[in-house]
Amino acid sequence: MNETVANGKFGQSVKRVEDARLITGRGRFVDDLVFPGQTYAAFVRSPYAHATIAGIDLASAQDMPGVIRILTGRELADAGLPPLPSGWNLSSIDGTPARVGLHHALAVDAIRFVGEPVALVIAETRDQARDAADTVLVEYQELPTVVDLAAAIADDAPQLHDGIAQNRAFEWEIGSSAAVEAAFAGATRRVTLSLRNNRLIPNAIEPRAINVQWSAFDEAMTIYLTHQNPIGMRGFFAIMLGLPSENNLRVVSPDVGGGFGSKAPAYAEEFAVAFAAKMLDRPVKWTAERSESFLTDAHGRDHLTTAELAMDDNGRFLGLRVHTLANLGAYISTSNALVVSYMYATMLSGQYAIPAIHARVEGVYTNTCPVDAYRGAGRPEAAYLIERLANLAAREIGVDQAEIRRRNFIREFPYQTPLIYCYDSGDYEGCLDAALGLADYAGFEARKAESQARGKLRGIGLSAYVEACGIGPSKLLASLGGGGAMWESCEIRVQPGGSIEVLTGAHNHGQGHQTVYAQIVSERFGVPMDSINVVQGDTDRIQAGTGTYGSRASVGLSAAVHSCDKIVAKGRAIVAHMLEVNLADVVFADGIYSSAASNRTVAFVEMAQAAHGAASFPTDQIEPGLVATSFFDPPNFTYPAGVHVCEVEIDPETGVVEVVAFNAADDFGNVANPLIVEGQVHGGVTQGIAQALWENAIYDPDNAQLMTASYMDYGMPRADSLPEFGLCFWPSPTPVNPLGMKGCGEAGAIGAPPAVINAVCDALGVDHVDMPASPEKIWQLCRAREVS
Amino acid sequence: MYDLGYSRPATLAKALELLQQDDLAQLVSGGQTLMPVLRARLAAPSQLVDIARLDDLRQICTIGAGIEIGAGMTHAEVAASPVVRAHLPALAALAGGIGDAQIRHRGTIGGSIANNDPAACYPSAVLALGARVQTNLRMLDAEAFFAGMFATALEPGEIVTAVHFPACAVACYLKFRNPASRFALVGVFAARLASDEHRIAIIGGGNGVFRWHEAERHLDRGAGVDGLDTVPLDLANFTGDIHGSADYRRHVAKVITRRALTQMA
Ligand SMILES: Cc1cc2nc3c(=O)[nH]c(=O)nc-3n(C[C@H](O)[C@H](O)[C@H](O)COP(=O)(O)OP(=O)(O)OC[C@H]3O[C@@H](n4cnc5c(N)ncnc54)[C@H](O)[C@@H]3O)c2cc1C
Repeated sequence: MNETVANGKFGQSVKRVEDARLITGRGRFVDDLVFPGQTYAAFVRSPYAHATIAGIDLASAQDMPGVIRILTGRELADAGLPPLPSGWNLSSIDGTPARVGLHHALAVDAIRFVGEPVALVIAETRDQARDAADTVLVEYQELPTVVDLAAAIADDAPQLHDGIAQNRAFEWEIGSSAAVEAAFAGATRRVTLSLRNNRLIPNAIEPRAINVQWSAFDEAMTIYLTHQNPIGMRGFFAIMLGLPSENNLRVVSPDVGGGFGSKAPAYAEEFAVAFAAKMLDRPVKWTAERSESFLTDAHGRDHLTTAELAMDDNGRFLGLRVHTLANLGAYISTSNALVVSYMYATMLSGQYAIPAIHARVEGVYTNTCPVDAYRGAGRPEAAYLIERLANLAAREIGVDQAEIRRRNFIREFPYQTPLIYCYDSGDYEGCLDAALGLADYAGFEARKAESQARGKLRGIGLSAYVEACGIGPSKLLASLGGGGAMWESCEIRVQPGGSIEVLTGAHNHGQGHQTVYAQIVSERFGVPMDSINVVQGDTDRIQAGTGTYGSRASVGLSAAVHSCDKIVAKGRAIVAHMLEVNLADVVFADGIYSSAASNRTVAFVEMAQAAHGAASFPTDQIEPGLVATSFFDPPNFTYPAGVHVCEVEIDPETGVVEVVAFNAADDFGNVANPLIVEGQVHGGVTQGIAQALWENAIYDPDNAQLMTASYMDYGMPRADSLPEFGLCFWPSPTPVNPLGMKGCGEAGAIGAPPAVINAVCDALGVDHVDMPASPEKIWQLCRAREVS
Repeated sequence: MYDLGYSRPATLAKALELLQQDDLAQLVSGGQTLMPVLRARLAAPSQLVDIARLDDLRQICTIGAGIEIGAGMTHAEVAASPVVRAHLPALAALAGGIGDAQIRHRGTIGGSIANNDPAACYPSAVLALGARVQTNLRMLDAEAFFAGMFATALEPGEIVTAVHFPACAVACYLKFRNPASRFALVGVFAARLASDEHRIAIIGGGNGVFRWHEAERHLDRGAGVDGLDTVPLDLANFTGDIHGSADYRRHVAKVITRRALTQMA
């Protein structure tokens, strides 16, 4: 890997520079780190989903070999560890704040979901910690459980939290109910839909892990954590752990093996481990086992929704009314109040000009793992709903699914929706035509006849999604209940020898930042990519940051562009002195400063040497050195959009659904690296197809045990169940950032589920089928179809 | 995993001796069932006695018109064996469809039938083909060997050494995969034996491998594949779970039996 990587360029399919290291086993993850005096943690977890803790007997566990300390929730609370913080203040319709059920890092007196940690065992080895955890005796008094959303809000439902009747955390609304009433009054056609958006388990390849060092001497802590937002976590942890200031805490995330949102929350286990390290004054490490990941990594989705769409006789959408019960799980996880409200319902207009929309979301506690952001975070739930409704509308009006969309597309930008967002740019019909072309939509009937001849049912489904990425602006998010801080920063340091460090608070966990940041800086400075080192994930090195989630690479990359611009500009000033020409005459292109007024040229690296040498320019006018820092707070979200076309073939005898073709045209604005972006779409579409066909977290309705707690029962997607994807880009560059990028990380998981289910419904000629379209469910529908 | 010992004896005799000396010792062959169980701390043997590489268990050869497969042969080896492919191509195909590549290169036929998972593939072939299971002590007919889910006639300390498959006219194994685990939600091994009798063995029902005698008689009478739909298949052979109800499993068993027979014709 020593050959010189050529200069990168924005828009080129540069291979990922991080891959050689990662795929040859040379990645460095939290679990790889072992410190002098290392100890290991194991959690005692509740086998019951709802119980009170009558007593904990540690006697025999404490005598087990290697045991250093066993901590209970009561002990941690008494020692000053507060309950987990909530990341978002959501208000109900009546103005009251969300009713937050207290979430202790270790359960203090009640258990509310299976796997909730009850005690923490710290021992000299991992196995000793586990052995001892097995022998901790906890006396539980079981309570009745509730997992079903509709059941949880009944008067006689088991109540999870004191003082929170019917398990209702909040009832929130957006849009105008009066406008929607009026729209329905004037409408001649309507369609109604009830659906469940199935619960998903994230399954990052690297499980959660933390290793904490405490230095009592200077009250300083270092936390090694696998996380999507290590820089942003510092403040959270410093407060929780009672440290004198943020300066007493260093948070480091080395390589992170995937997240999909599940490594963005602040978790109970991590707080407990960090607090324990401080109490013990020894390094403590915990790495989740896969079964712990299934039980406790924040789950995704889980909505129960009813919706009505009002139309005129031509199928023009007039009004949309939505009611959603959102399953919060046992507690409100860090960002979930945001995810189920503003990340979800703001997107319900979809790609359509719908004059009146009103949505009501009720957050409900159940005896299940807390839910939080998962690839798309609210936006897939919105797209699924509106795209299913669009197909029902097409059926109701008797037009083709492409036609109903054409009749309702937004065509003028910027477009202010009735739901806060102002879409900046797009070409929805262009995207649709591109996707239909890729999918050979016109040839579908012939393919369907061919399938029929083989006894198979073929269906085609469209989805036209739009989502919101590049999250900012800070002020808007603060006004909606968040803490603001939705910018990203980038510092660029050009060393005296010409090598370059790019420091950003975004954190790569599979996105290819190492490559894309270097591409952009390489192009701007005209230097080889391998002279650029992208540094992330260490609060001792990174100036400031807010992390990687919500497809917001455009935010950090925009900060990088601004820092590049500052350095190039400073270079011009320096070179003006070096060439003894006027500043206005200095131009910079392809890594070379030149001037029409001189036949000498200065390469970028020479300029950098001169900047550090500080001998060729007056240092009272130009500061020596070559460092620039920028913070970029986006003026608006970006709104990636696209059209996905899925074709399925169903075996009516067994109900097996096979995705036989999948094509997509996506508008991600300008694309920095098509190879990486296609990879993101492949991954996202795969997760989307998996949600539609296989993935489903199931809790036993009788006792709230997780029945899909391993890969034996939780259906992950496999490459051999997928067709070759046909992809193209249909870019409308966004004006909201200097690169014109919109974001692509979640698009596939947003667009694919409705495309698949629309195709399944098309094949079967039914109005709706809930995800996942599992074989038995589809077989039942095929049987019903034969009978009728 | 709990703390445990491990040994790899050089001979079958030595392996038997280790088992005799220690009631809590357990055989390990490919480890593709046992290791996940140990890792999840669902078993706590004192030691593992590894027999995967014993020469005595590692041959595939013809015996008369039939074939013998050593208990230590991996699924990948069985799938690739020219002997198996020539004499029992359906068995080679079955082995080639178990799990994934890693599992096929470690898991063994001996371990699979000793474990007798109700969703495992091999037991259907062993039962349908009327194979006999050779152990260090005796030779057992398939009917006598399998004893319901996860149960066999093996005594403590008894080791499967080989499986003898008699010749058959034609056979076909079809597996309807559980979308999560990819074990069989239902699997059917259909065979026409050298005697021209039909055999249908079904796995995945939940209670262990069993024969669909009614269908066998139906076929032996010369009745066609199409009539199979109306041949009774006792629902009691099936249990339901989150992946499929008993009713659905029974339905799928019928569908894939018909498809297997159609492929054989
Ligand atoms: C992800 C996954 C997917 C799988 N998919 C399938 C599938 O699709 N179809 C399928 O059939 N199987 C499947 N398997 C199981 C796999 O085929 C195993 O290899 C097999 O069931 C056990 O064989 P083994 O050699 O690995 O046995 P081991 O795990 O070593 O042993 C299993 C048990 O048998 C005992 N044992 C082993 N050898 C002998 C012997 N010679 N005599 C007596 N007792 C013995 C052991 O003590 C142990 O109790 C899958 C496994 C996994 C992990």
